[in-house]
Amino acid sequence: MKTQKTIREAYGEALIKYGKDDPRVVVMDADVSSSTKSGMFGAACPERFFNVGIAEANMTAMAAGFAAEGKIPFVNTFAVFLATTGSLAMRTFGGYAGLPMKFMGAYSGMSDAYDGATHHSIEDLSIMRAIPNVVTMVASDEVQTDWLVKNAIATDSPMYIRLSRDKMKPLYLENETFETGKGKVLRDGSDITIFACGMMCGIALDAAAILENDGVSARVVDMFTIKPLDRELVLRCARETRAIITAEEHNVIGGLGSAVAEVLAEANMQVPLVRIGIEDRFTETGAYGDLLAAHGLDAVSIAQKAMNAQLRA
Amino acid sequence: MALSSQRREELEALCQKFRIDLIRQLHAVQTGHPGGSLSVCEILTALYFEKANTNPASPRDPSRDRIILSKGHAAPMLYRVLGEKGFFPLDDFAKLRQYGCHLQGHPCSAHTPGVEIPSGPLGLGLSAGIGMALSLRLDRNPARVYVVLGDGELNEGGVWEAAMCAAKYKLDNLLAIVDYNHVQLDGTSDAIMPLGDLAAKWRAFGWETLPCDGHDISALCETIDAARKIKAKPSVIIAESVKGKGVPFMEGKNTWHGNPIGKEQFAEAMVALGGMA
Repeated sequence: MKTQKTIREAYGEALIKYGKDDPRVVVMDADVSSSTKSGMFGAACPERFFNVGIAEANMTAMAAGFAAEGKIPFVNTFAVFLATTGSLAMRTFGGYAGLPMKFMGAYSGMSDAYDGATHHSIEDLSIMRAIPNVVTMVASDEVQTDWLVKNAIATDSPMYIRLSRDKMKPLYLENETFETGKGKVLRDGSDITIFACGMMCGIALDAAAILENDGVSARVVDMFTIKPLDRELVLRCARETRAIITAEEHNVIGGLGSAVAEVLAEANMQVPLVRIGIEDRFTETGAYGDLLAAHGLDAVSIAQKAMNAQLRA
Repeated sequence: MALSSQRREELEALCQKFRIDLIRQLHAVQTGHPGGSLSVCEILTALYFEKANTNPASPRDPSRDRIILSKGHAAPMLYRVLGEKGFFPLDDFAKLRQYGCHLQGHPCSAHTPGVEIPSGPLGLGLSAGIGMALSLRLDRNPARVYVVLGDGELNEGGVWEAAMCAAKYKLDNLLAIVDYNHVQLDGTSDAIMPLGDLAAKWRAFGWETLPCDGHDISALCETIDAARKIKAKPSVIIAESVKGKGVPFMEGKNTWHGNPIGKEQFAEAMVALGGMA
């Protein structure tokens, strides 16, 4: 039986797999390459690996220079720093000039657990989604992470991709196909739909199992592309099921939940919506499992909220 | 090799023409940054008309030198220069900063041929230049990267991150030029954020540091030549300049960083520059 990898390991391996023999691929890091696992590429291809030290402002603008020259730069540091300090470079060079930089946000959500709130990323999707032209995606399992890297190289757009320090529940077989902007239905259902991303996909599936026991049929969707959002799937699920739940390891403001809410509201869909995520407050230090539970991001809490939403429908 | 006196005169005449057209245009559109555009004139002219390899007919020619105007608010002078070189019709300059014209308030590579990368938010251009220089090295491309910075811009921390980084990678295909006019927006550099011994700072960061008179085009060309000979480290030219150079009532004044030019001021400027009002 294959041992499970963490998302960061899957990412590091994918960088080598797709980047080693592609001279356009360059990888950059800000002194955290042993954490982000970009260092794996660094060991395999030292001439195309650039560790610029703890200098995110420099790193993110350097990436633009590479991209302007036709390279495909994968820019790595913790999501919380990449999305904040790096947002100026992403908007100026990525969004505005279309330079295809790939910002890879490591340790997203609360996956850096013990390091505490300063190192947790709960606004990155909100920030990056609001920059025009930045394709925004979230890694949801090992197989999908491999595809994320392959797809990033093939996509001529600036991108922000949220990764994780941790393992995620396996969702896909190795031959699975994915498409930018299309959600994946992980589990069909008829009563409610849970749109999840990242770590929440596996947890939502666990929640769906709990709900099934209670006679509620929950559809679970991996909405890994936050932007461009699969608008059509959102509307279809709103028509076919009676309540919509979103689940993300991110502030309820500005991420997946907000993106889904925008679609539902403008289409005048009269369906209850519950956004599950970090409730617009800062997180704290602790073991990852404890943090998820404390912020209602465990399967039992999600099932509870889904049940309540279903009752409102 | 030193400029012949004929060539020097040609370049100086170009600078004169550029200054006149700049003032005329900024007055016409009542927007834009005169002070920093005037101070960077010889620097841009030396690069685009004498020292750098450019290809207006093919703006993405791989062998071209890459020039980044990191002090992006001096876009009007860049645009005048690019228009003269033929990157786009010179007539476009008359629509500078107007809705629908590709000549944006700050340079954008997605809008204007000849612009390598957007600039405007200060402090980013040197980093972008490093990315380009490293990429060129990977490609074994002998083209060079020139980054023109403002002195106020050197307040930005990112510039010094970049400075450390360029030294780490020994980027001798990267040349920075600081348009050192000693004045920023709210006041002089000394009043707002003193730069101290600027040359010593660059040297301490591992750069070959060459001083120059930023309005002496011969000196600029010679200094660029000297910088290009330096191996295994990046170079910076600290070009002493005057904000608003050429228009006496603007010279050295922070108030002319971005002010629109009034009717009487325009007339006075034209007299000083020897242009027709």
